[in-house]
Amino acid sequence: MKVIIAFILLWPLVGFLFNGLGRNIWSKKTVAYKATGYIVASFIFSILTFINVQEQGAISVHYFDFIRTSSLTIPFDFKVDQLSSLFLLVITGVGSLIHLYSTAYMKEEEAPHYARYFAYLNLFIFSMLLLVLGDNFVIMFIGWEGVGLCSYLLIGYWFSNAAFNYAAKKAFIMNRIGDLGFLLAIFWLVVKLGTVSYGEVFTAESMAKLTSTDITAITLLLFVGAMGKSAQIPLFTWLPDAMAGPTPVSALIHAATMVTAGIYMITRANILFSASELTQHVIAIVGISTALLSATIAIKQNDIKKVLAYSTVSQLGYMFLGLGVGAYSGAVFHVITHAFFKALLFLGAGSVIHAMHHEQDIRKMGGLKAKLPITHVTFLLGCIAIAGVPPFSGFFSKDEILAAAFAKSPIYWALGVIGAAMTAFYMFRLYATTFLGQFRGTHEQEHHLHESPTAMTLPLILLAIASVIAGALGIPALMGGNHWLAHQLIPIIGEQHEAHLSHSTEWALMGISVSIALIALFIAIGKYKKQIDAEPETSLGKFLQNKWYIDELYNNVIVEPLNKLAGFLKEVMEKKVIDGAVNGTGKLVQYSARQIRLIQSGQVGYYILFMVLSLVLMIVLWFNDIAILRFLFKLTHK
Amino acid sequence: MFLLSFLIIPIVAAIVLLFVKHEKRAQDIAIVAGIASLTAAVNIIINNVASVDLTWLQVLNSRFVLQADGLAKILILLTAISFPAIFIATNNNQITQKNIFLSLMLFTQAGLMGVFLAGDALLFYFFWELALIPVYFLCSIWGGERRIAVTFKFFIYTFLGSLFMLIGIIYMYMHTKDHSFALSSFTNAGLTNMQQVTAFALFFIAFAIKMPIFPLHTWQPDAYDQAPTAVTMVLSAVMVKMGLYGILRWLMPLFPGAFAAHTNIVMILSIVGVLYASFIAIRQDNIKKLIAYSSIAHIGLMSAALFANKEMGTQGVLIQLFSHGINVLGLWIIADIIEQQAGTKLLSEMGGLAKKQPTLAILLVAFSFANIALPLTNAFVGEFLMFNSLFQVNPWMAAAAGVSVVLAAIYTLNMVQKCAYGEVSAAIQKMSTNKSAQAVLIVLIIIVFVTGVYPQPLFDLTKDTLLQLFVK
Repeated sequence: MKVIIAFILLWPLVGFLFNGLGRNIWSKKTVAYKATGYIVASFIFSILTFINVQEQGAISVHYFDFIRTSSLTIPFDFKVDQLSSLFLLVITGVGSLIHLYSTAYMKEEEAPHYARYFAYLNLFIFSMLLLVLGDNFVIMFIGWEGVGLCSYLLIGYWFSNAAFNYAAKKAFIMNRIGDLGFLLAIFWLVVKLGTVSYGEVFTAESMAKLTSTDITAITLLLFVGAMGKSAQIPLFTWLPDAMAGPTPVSALIHAATMVTAGIYMITRANILFSASELTQHVIAIVGISTALLSATIAIKQNDIKKVLAYSTVSQLGYMFLGLGVGAYSGAVFHVITHAFFKALLFLGAGSVIHAMHHEQDIRKMGGLKAKLPITHVTFLLGCIAIAGVPPFSGFFSKDEILAAAFAKSPIYWALGVIGAAMTAFYMFRLYATTFLGQFRGTHEQEHHLHESPTAMTLPLILLAIASVIAGALGIPALMGGNHWLAHQLIPIIGEQHEAHLSHSTEWALMGISVSIALIALFIAIGKYKKQIDAEPETSLGKFLQNKWYIDELYNNVIVEPLNKLAGFLKEVMEKKVIDGAVNGTGKLVQYSARQIRLIQSGQVGYYILFMVLSLVLMIVLWFNDIAILRFLFKLTHK
Repeated sequence: MFLLSFLIIPIVAAIVLLFVKHEKRAQDIAIVAGIASLTAAVNIIINNVASVDLTWLQVLNSRFVLQADGLAKILILLTAISFPAIFIATNNNQITQKNIFLSLMLFTQAGLMGVFLAGDALLFYFFWELALIPVYFLCSIWGGERRIAVTFKFFIYTFLGSLFMLIGIIYMYMHTKDHSFALSSFTNAGLTNMQQVTAFALFFIAFAIKMPIFPLHTWQPDAYDQAPTAVTMVLSAVMVKMGLYGILRWLMPLFPGAFAAHTNIVMILSIVGVLYASFIAIRQDNIKKLIAYSSIAHIGLMSAALFANKEMGTQGVLIQLFSHGINVLGLWIIADIIEQQAGTKLLSEMGGLAKKQPTLAILLVAFSFANIALPLTNAFVGEFLMFNSLFQVNPWMAAAAGVSVVLAAIYTLNMVQKCAYGEVSAAIQKMSTNKSAQAVLIVLIIIVFVTGVYPQPLFDLTKDTLLQLFVK
């Protein structure tokens, strides 16, 4: 198994090196085959590993010691258990489909750039796998920053465009703020426990060594890391901008995998998180606030990818709500279903953008239903899934989170239902504006409208199937299921504390949330199948369309003042104050030298001599240490 | 006697070079001498070699002692890699009287090697100045427009520091039981607390200026900017390490009491300096000054970690001495290629490197991410251990210094964006491929990743130094 697990990771790395180093050599066809092939190989090895874990339980493997000092050892160890093996399947499975899709989507790129794109994409898969495979927080952190790097490279893939570069930089820097929190949590663990390995941290013995302050601080700091990576308030503004990257990238990194790393991390460390009530409240509140805030913004966006981006932020908020109320399996469940339907929606959007010749404004689309039949049907299925309509996958995962939220506090539940209604509304506004009604683009665009090639539609179809049926992974006991996923995760999260709700309450809650979502859904279709939001927005609409002016707020409150501070330090503090003092001292010496020049010859040598002598004298007087004088005396009288 | 080769090779080559007017041949001699030193360095890392102890200034009871422990070895390796790398990478640069230039460079190399090997305080001081004086000439003859003023400031500033150290050395000499300059005699001098503090202060000033520690740093950005880039590379990759080396070799073992008593103040100064330099780097348009301030920030972090006085952080510093040198060398080589070919060091005049020179742009991105200590690059391991030690002392200090992790991302990615991305600017349009420099960069980047993924050999190399410092 050691070799097989290593190869899950090595295939994408080989692909990265192959395409990265050979970017000027290989033909596009070779690049496409290899890049996709390596990820498929990784997927196959993941399946083998998954089966092995099913049969024999968790597997730990040791490769070498990454850091070994006398007081701290950080082994390069992997652990494949029920949680990470599931993530392996999602990453490499969805990853394979997105690679396949990309081979067609990116085909207009020149060969070296085509290879560069796939090299980055392979490297991303490598980093993401490292993140979930690691058996300690440092290996996780390596993958954590690695995916950040790939995200940066892929958002700025079209590097000639200044706005895209800016978005890439913003993503990396905001992530780094989160990463700092993650790092501090690691340091805290090292100082208190002297280890960062999961197996040693998550033990009763270690937990006993940590005070409740320690646990709260560590978990809050870890959560700061999660906020950055998983785009939660206040570190979420990078994700919508990240849509500058190619659409398959948005699907893979900014919807299905990387942004869910925060959920993985918290689930992995659930023992710590469950031990701090404060942290759990913070996570739940941040999660539900993010879910609602971004849902309101999504309602008023007209860029097809921006709607999906805010939707992703919103769905991630739900997952954090789940984590905050202790529904770890619900959160992981939603990660999985969301990976399917959101990847599907993004790829569908990519297919639309492809057909529309890079048009992303949904007001200029409309009526695409007839021309893009496969894209249309699969997109619709994705919308139904995310809206939480039974028996599609999103319904089951979202419902599990909402039920657990209700058990914790009905307010969480009520807010969650409002968010779910908004989700249904903006998704079907998007669907109706794009696919229903009359075509509103140019004649040329209309003339060129076409369904995408098989390499793109096949992933759509497969993801659509997954989006429809993935709910089967976690059919609740209520409906006669046995919740396979929750059972799977018992070794990691323990017996899920079933929400203490009676069956009738659960049915009622479910009925309410589904009906509200359905009402919102039909309102949206009714409103937008014939017309669009053509009028410029006013008051509240404008406020939402401009994303609550949060970017502007950050800019004025944080970025600009820091910029001014930097300017002040550079222009005033450095040049005038510190260097001024240094030069002043120099001038003083020169001035004294000028005076002495009256009796001296005025050569530079004397300046230095003068300095030397006076300094020696100063030191001697200062310390009044006769030893030096005695030494000088001895030297001169030898 | 093998250790003498680190002095003999560069000095002999330097003397020969004075008489070789032919430019190409002079370059070849310098490169061969550099590679010979590198081979010797690899040899002392693989095989243990005996220390050297020769009679020198008998009248002062100073002996010519050279010895190589892990600390010395890792810096010798860095020096031995840097010089041939610099010679090869700057091969195409137009320099008048190149043989003299290279000769002075090699004298500097000899001085640096001597500093790292010297086991006698007076010898140490001798090499310390030997390393400085050729640099003075290199900068004031071959430097940029403002070279005279800048070099004068640089020279006086560091010379002033050296002077304090000389006084410190003499002070220690007076207090040794056998009136000797040997490191071992200094160690056993048995100073009182007050005497320790005095000597500590005298040595510290010299090292603090050399590193430099905030606010004694203002000589550095100007010097880096105005020095010929080959010299800047030496200054930044190797020479700044003299200050840190001095602390590890002299301050920590000789004055443990005084050292422990001053950790807080120096840590705070260092961390202030880290943040201060990082902020200034954000606003730099001159790529050389940006790298200079970035380097001040990185060295400041190392200084803070040293004064945390913990084993883990010191271990981090020991390998970061090497890693920082490699990374900053890579950045300087890239900045130099751009300055030589595009004729500018202003980021605002750059742009589009990725389109014009993709390989160089990839290398720039790789070194930039090493500069911000991305995991699996060499700098991560060192910084991780260093931050850990800061955290051990005081979590708030670690958090404050940690802000530089974010700031470093800001200024480094600014640099990458302005230099590599966007449309090709008029200046960048002039560039062509510099094969030899790229080859050097590729070797360096391989070192970055290999030591980043598997740093254990560096840990093993420096283990003995760590044992000496922390196991009493």
